[in-house]
Amino acid sequence: MAGRRNRWVSMAAWLGIWAMLLAALVLLVIVPGWLLALLLVPLALWLAGTRIGRQAWSATEVAVATIPQRLGSSSVVVVGIAGVVGVLVALLAMAAGFAATLRQSGSDDTAIVLRAGAQTELNSVLDHDTVALVSQLPMVRRTPAGQPIASGELVVVAALPKRSTGLDANVELRGVGERAWDLRPNVRVIAGRRFTPGLRELMVGKRALQQFAGVGVGSSLKLGGQDWQIVGEFASGDASESDLWGDVDVVGPAYRRGSGATSVTVRLTDASAFESFKAALATDPRIKVDVKTTRDYFNEQSAQLTTLINRLGTAIGLIMGIGAVFGALNSMYAAVAARTREIATLRAVGFRALPVIVSVMLETMLLATLGGVAGAGIAWLLFNNYTASTLGANFTQIVFAFQVTPELLWRGLKWALAIGLLGGLFPALRAARMSVAEGLREL
Amino acid sequence: MKYLQLVWAALLRRKTRTLFTLLSIGAAFLLFGLLDAVRSDFARAGATVNGVNRLVTISKITFTMQLPKSLLERIRAVPGVADVTYANWFGGIYQDPKNFFPTEAVSPNFLDAYPEWRMSAEQRAAFRNTRTGAVVGARLAKQFGWKLGDRIPLQGTIFPQKDGSNTWIFDLVGIYTVDDPKLKAQENALLFNWDYFDEARQFGNGSVGWYVERVTDPARADAIAQQIDALSANSDHETKTQSEHAFQLAFVSQFGDIGLIVGAIMAAVFFTLVLLTGNTMAQAVRERIPELAILKTIGFTSGSVLGLLLAESVLLLLLGGVIGVLIAGSVATTLEAATGAVFPPIVGSAAIWARALALMLLIGLVVGALPAYRGLRLRIVDALAGR
Repeated sequence: MAGRRNRWVSMAAWLGIWAMLLAALVLLVIVPGWLLALLLVPLALWLAGTRIGRQAWSATEVAVATIPQRLGSSSVVVVGIAGVVGVLVALLAMAAGFAATLRQSGSDDTAIVLRAGAQTELNSVLDHDTVALVSQLPMVRRTPAGQPIASGELVVVAALPKRSTGLDANVELRGVGERAWDLRPNVRVIAGRRFTPGLRELMVGKRALQQFAGVGVGSSLKLGGQDWQIVGEFASGDASESDLWGDVDVVGPAYRRGSGATSVTVRLTDASAFESFKAALATDPRIKVDVKTTRDYFNEQSAQLTTLINRLGTAIGLIMGIGAVFGALNSMYAAVAARTREIATLRAVGFRALPVIVSVMLETMLLATLGGVAGAGIAWLLFNNYTASTLGANFTQIVFAFQVTPELLWRGLKWALAIGLLGGLFPALRAARMSVAEGLREL
Repeated sequence: MKYLQLVWAALLRRKTRTLFTLLSIGAAFLLFGLLDAVRSDFARAGATVNGVNRLVTISKITFTMQLPKSLLERIRAVPGVADVTYANWFGGIYQDPKNFFPTEAVSPNFLDAYPEWRMSAEQRAAFRNTRTGAVVGARLAKQFGWKLGDRIPLQGTIFPQKDGSNTWIFDLVGIYTVDDPKLKAQENALLFNWDYFDEARQFGNGSVGWYVERVTDPARADAIAQQIDALSANSDHETKTQSEHAFQLAFVSQFGDIGLIVGAIMAAVFFTLVLLTGNTMAQAVRERIPELAILKTIGFTSGSVLGLLLAESVLLLLLGGVIGVLIAGSVATTLEAATGAVFPPIVGSAAIWARALALMLLIGLVVGALPAYRGLRLRIVDALAGR
């Protein structure tokens, strides 16, 4: 009877441990930083203030002091977790960088008008009359001189060789109207000058210059069968930096698009004017267009790729994390086995089971934290501001920089702690259940 | 082989440790299988046997610029061109922009240029004779539950109809299949008749997006491409002709350096794995020093002890690795069923297995080397004395 009862008790304990573990993992992943920091306070108080807590603290000191004797297996925990966190943070930083580049391209008080159903500028065609009609609406802000801040723009695709591969890749050649500068006040010339309207002159975005060969200020290149001069370089901090800019009235004929445009972007009198602007366009029978705030337009463009990379990064991190958990389990079981006599001695001189469990857990968490910090640090060193490019919605290269944000570093650290928790708990329980008498006899 | 039992017994000595190590190795090779499949799929894009005898002609200015249809007969007359066909990118949306798949308006003989896309003769005839007919790949049909006779409405993103409407409705008259598992991903296009498209669209009439030429002799493909481009030299619609392979490779490379990203991830994974299994093996040998000394005492040479230990680590890697790659195969199948995404074959791919097995052997030897060397240098007297 007693045997059966014992089995039930141990099974209940087993289930309890698993439930606790899962709850702890969920908590770890969702809790905000301040809450976790707050939890550290009672732990510290317990370690310092109670008798059993002080026991746990000195047991931990012993465990940590013996780490140098087990450097090989301890480093497995650190490196394994660093690998997981490094890859996770780097992949998420790629998604964050891409999303941020496109998010900065948009705002709530500018709106983009495309032909109905077109989705992207590349697919859209607007005739000259539509551009004029849209620009003249009263919701469009005007310059002090009374001109509407609206730019009918023409996006065409040019092929230029990439510096890295020498292979042709698509670059966005954007013909802009003369009000484009008022529309995008963040665009500033950092070398050379603006293009002269009416001439075959171009400006190159900072990022495009980094990625493509032969577009430096002062060089000339052949596009659309004609020679163009690059007269300036601009920076804007958003997706425009991946473009070449020219006068829409010159780009159009060169690409046989006449006086048409692909989009009109306007600055609204203020963000609240968007709804009436949209309504005015929808009710005008002369035009069939779609309108969005530029913030929505650019966010939609980044959503798909960002979600994909985030999911992939998490999935890869999970698989690597499973590997790291088993690695940590092996190492910590080995650590407990190597310290059998030590732990048995502690128990013999009056240390209870709980301090022993806590000490093994704290040791693992310490190693996990080291791994998490190392992994996140390496990802930050190698990949923060690392530039890459991919195809955007207009089938042209969008250049962006990886962003290793504090939020991502924190997320990496939480993953490290979760792996440490899983990898440390079972070895800790084994350490506590060890028979003292047998342990003391162990060589 | 006769020592297999001995190696096996060594692995079973600490079952939990071996199990955990196997699971770690399995996780690493699960990732390897999935990532390598994606990487090789990108690297292979367009590198099909059939692709070599096809050329693609696009506008030299930019791939979105249209070419006059009048080029058709002139290209056909170029010596060495067996057949020429043409198409337009339509950019249609079915229900939601997220349901992306290629939609193209194609000439009547388009499918003849792609013999690897198989469709019955009746369906081919039906496609030719139905003005609003469309054919789709089997995978796409399965994804959306389409059957022959269904009417499929698409939203045009580039081309509205003459009345300004963006809605185009097609009658499904054929479903094509692709047998080669490596090309299964091509079963995701929707093709419809160019003549209907050209009649109904609002603008751009009489122009085509690109031409595809089949050449009789692939060895002369470059010369033929130059001759085709010479047809429109110095006109306002100069062309650029290249092999389909080169065309697709250039396009795919624009998504980014997939090889580099995958390579970096795999480096991190395997670096960790080497350290982890190396540590396990070192532990396993350290514990067994007296046993190894006994083996030597009863007549095993140092060389065979070395061999035994190396065999042990290689066997560990092979077991975990094979399990990992097999799991990768079933994960891919599950993903395909759940999302409709097309995954390149993993378990059926000899190339992936070859790379995976080579890695298992290599890592097995690397992590076994140090412990095995220790076994080799072991002095019986010291070891038995526990020194």
